[in-house]
Amino acid sequence: MSQIFQTVPIAHFVYFCSVLFCIGVVGVITRRNAIIIFMSVELMLNAVNLLLVSFSTYRQDPAGQIFVFFIMAVAAAEVAAGLAIITMIYRNTHSVDINELSRLKN
Amino acid sequence: MLASSFYFLAFITIFFAIMVVLSKNPVHSVLYLVLTFFGISGNYIFFLDAPFIGMVNIIVYAGAIMVLFLYVIMIMNLNAQIEPKKSNLFRISGAITGGALLLILTAVIRQSDLAGAGNNMINHGNIGTIKLLGMVLYTDYILPFEVASILFLVAMVGAVVLGRREEGKITIGNIPYQK
Repeated sequence: MSQIFQTVPIAHFVYFCSVLFCIGVVGVITRRNAIIIFMSVELMLNAVNLLLVSFSTYRQDPAGQIFVFFIMAVAAAEVAAGLAIITMIYRNTHSVDINELSRLKN
Repeated sequence: MLASSFYFLAFITIFFAIMVVLSKNPVHSVLYLVLTFFGISGNYIFFLDAPFIGMVNIIVYAGAIMVLFLYVIMIMNLNAQIEPKKSNLFRISGAITGGALLLILTAVIRQSDLAGAGNNMINHGNIGTIKLLGMVLYTDYILPFEVASILFLVAMVGAVVLGRREEGKITIGNIPYQK
């Protein structure tokens, strides 16, 4: 078992990850720039990664760290496709404001 | 000593994460997000005995994904753009929503018994090595590993198809749609 869990309880890691996740949620809700919304999603994914690694170390089970690899792979694919979509939106509307996208409903 | 350094790193990571959301300039947001990732990777490397995950986190996120973000921002020339503000009502309601979520999560964590969540101490602090992770990845999780390669192929083709400029189609200025 790692040294850190003899002094810092696992709950403090969970609080830390919760705070990071909530900052990501607030970023998604309050910002209008589509790129910053993507970055907030990345922040939320990283909070979950940190939680998985801390529980993996706590329980001495490598499966959690393997799962982090797959989350990273999916995040990379998501960013590649998402930034292509944002680039195309910018090419058509000359803006990355997400309120421009409400035109899609007509 | 170890505990205080953990709390210090956690607080500066949270500070950088808040600055990602608060900073007006998108380039500053990207740089603060890189610093946040460095803080998280520091947690992996120094405290959680997962040096390989930490290095991969730096290489993939700070090295590849954030450079991609930075390129897109610079291609769109957003660094000088002043973002149109949402009204204060949206900002306050967003902050209240996030605070309520944090409150609920904190209450749930306080109720739960995390310390008794069963730690088997078979391997002593060496599960984060490349050797063990590679053994697990290429034996138990070989099928998801192969499926991830198909996902990357799809994402690559999708990005190329989406980013391609169509021939003969001219977009002039701000033409949103035609009824």
